Amino acid sequence: MTGNQTTAAPLDPAAVAASIRAATEEVFSTMLGLESTPGDYAVVRDAPGAIDGVVALIGLAGTWVGTGMVSCSASLACTLSAHLLQGEEEGRRQAVDDEVLDSLAEITNMILGNVKNFLEEQLGPMGLSIPTVIFGRNFTARSMGEGEWVVVPFACGVDHLEVRLRMTPARQPQPLRHGFAPPHAMRL
Amino acid sequence: MPLDVLIVDDSAAIRKILQRVLKQAEVPLGQVHEAGDGLEALDKLKAEKVSLVLADINMPNMDGLQLLTQIKASPDLKHLPVVMVTTEGSQSRVMEAVQLGAAGYVRKPFTADQIQRTLADLT
Repeated sequence: MTGNQTTAAPLDPAAVAASIRAATEEVFSTMLGLESTPGDYAVVRDAPGAIDGVVALIGLAGTWVGTGMVSCSASLACTLSAHLLQGEEEGRRQAVDDEVLDSLAEITNMILGNVKNFLEEQLGPMGLSIPTVIFGRNFTARSMGEGEWVVVPFACGVDHLEVRLRMTPARQPQPLRHGFAPPHAMRL
Repeated sequence: MPLDVLIVDDSAAIRKILQRVLKQAEVPLGQVHEAGDGLEALDKLKAEKVSLVLADINMPNMDGLQLLTQIKASPDLKHLPVVMVTTEGSQSRVMEAVQLGAAGYVRKPFTADQIQRTLADLT
């Protein structure tokens, strides 16, 4: 594939969901020492409804463009951060602070970065944005773009985490850039 | 000779994890410095004594491959081994880093063992 072509053949949602499952489970087992149990994936047109907790968004750009989202409760975000930074912090953190938000950003970067590696085999080189992380109650997050989301839920203990990805062919192929700032719209 | 390391990653969490892994490694460790992007890393390299750079690729302001290019173009810095520690795992990206002069490549998520083995190979 060359950088000037736009591949419009649809992505197989089952294959995308499988790559999300594999990437999430690898991050959980390798970096967090936690088990994550994937649920059935869904393909939905709507963005998530009102969110209570933490959501991280990351943009992908190449011949296809899209957005990845990881969302979970504040409580799970604190647990994930404590496990990521294990050795310095024993036990669970009590509140969402900068370190928790940074941890969720990096977990999102690792999950969606590895999904991007899978997508690049079919769609050519892509750039990955710097993650944006939002914490709050009863807010909605929207990313500019069209198409359907592949949504994969994961159970983690009594809590759960959700990974979403939406990809569409770019109207104009985007130049390959690393660490770009994604356009997101938020309603708080 | 103790290893003076510069960790370059925009994630404070990853910098903290790498600090911990370095301290556990069976190599003599000197100073460990940190930078949040490529531009800050170049400033640190001018100011501090560094013998190894661990750098992410996806970073704001100056990414890891741009940093690697600048290091290898500098007569004062080109001897420095640079190991990429990144989610970028495609064969083409690994080849690009190697062609630019990377001494190693560790894909995130990583184990402490993978980092420590890479350090052992370089020392």
